[in-house]
Amino acid sequence: MSTDLILLAALMAAVTFPSRALPLLVPGIDRLPRRALEYLQLVGPAVLAALAAVNVMVVTPDGQPIFHIGIEWLAVIVTIALTAWRRNLLYGLAAGVALVAVARYLGWA
Amino acid sequence: MTELSVDLATSRRRLVIESLGIAASGLGFGFVYGLAARDAGFSPIEAMAMSVLVFAGAAQFAAVGYVAAGLAWPGVILLTALLNARHVLYSAALAPWLRDRPIWKRAVMAHLLTDEAFALSIAHFQRIGRADDRGYWIAAIVSDFIPWNLATLAGVSLGGQVADPAALGLDVVFPAAMAGLCVGLVTGRRELVAAAVGATVGVFVSLAVGTGVGIIAGGVLGPLAGLLVPAERAHEQAPLGTPASAERYAMPGAPHAPFADRDPVAPSRALKDPDE
Repeated sequence: MSTDLILLAALMAAVTFPSRALPLLVPGIDRLPRRALEYLQLVGPAVLAALAAVNVMVVTPDGQPIFHIGIEWLAVIVTIALTAWRRNLLYGLAAGVALVAVARYLGWA
Repeated sequence: MTELSVDLATSRRRLVIESLGIAASGLGFGFVYGLAARDAGFSPIEAMAMSVLVFAGAAQFAAVGYVAAGLAWPGVILLTALLNARHVLYSAALAPWLRDRPIWKRAVMAHLLTDEAFALSIAHFQRIGRADDRGYWIAAIVSDFIPWNLATLAGVSLGGQVADPAALGLDVVFPAAMAGLCVGLVTGRRELVAAAVGATVGVFVSLAVGTGVGIIAGGVLGPLAGLLVPAERAHEQAPLGTPASAERYAMPGAPHAPFADRDPVAPSRALKDPDE
């Protein structure tokens, strides 16, 4: 069983803990400039959107990245639409996954 | 029984009820995380190490994508630090309530501080007008840490029983989960622009250079584009530092502590918990 990524988990924890702990342990250290805080608030949507888009639009069959169009796009769009509409990610995920499963079962994708 | 202890018991009961909803959500998403981690090549012990040590859902989901994309570790660590930096806001909001606790206890509380734990505990503290250690442990451990880790273990273990995950559409769980989580974060025009630019830059740079660089470029440049939207036109619905800004990181669909209209202001005085 591979254990290589345990070290990565420890390093990720090491960079996460200060942001959780410093204001609690060292009062007054949280005074980041407002512009910096605003920037950090936008990192989440940017990173998650980049991950989703790259994951469904870029494939590397021979190590070379190429643009990809497939049923996965539709699954992601359905998930986004249902999550935005129902405010429930589980519904959106279930619909997206079911769509792909059915499409592949029927040979459409 | 004093009036304060009645209020404490009532608030704790409410906290437990709200925690059950959060726990149910954590079970679902922890399981999905375990499946995605397995699909990306994580062993059970590696997936569990992430859930125990990092204990940050969005960052863990993102790390699965980074590893699958072949992103070098320094890039993974940089993006993790950026993605989790929002915890500074929660920690700062809780600090006045917990300042008289021993430093070791505050350190443990800090490790367990998540979006959900913050939203639940700050609402509980505000209801009773002081900090409550037991309430914090309920919010952080019972509602979040235990369900998340149990579900991670189940997902990463049971995922191996599925012969052909792609036939069941499980290969789209990760990008769909990322996109759905992103929807929960878009609470204004700045977030929308950051997400759109992040995705566009990510794809173009990935095609030109490689997926690892593309994800970093999208994650770093997207927020810069978002900041170009003037504040008066941002239509922000979850202002910085409020419980609402924490709730937007909670999983969409999870029942939230209904206190988004309150500011996480410091208490006028921090009282000791009579249970201690």
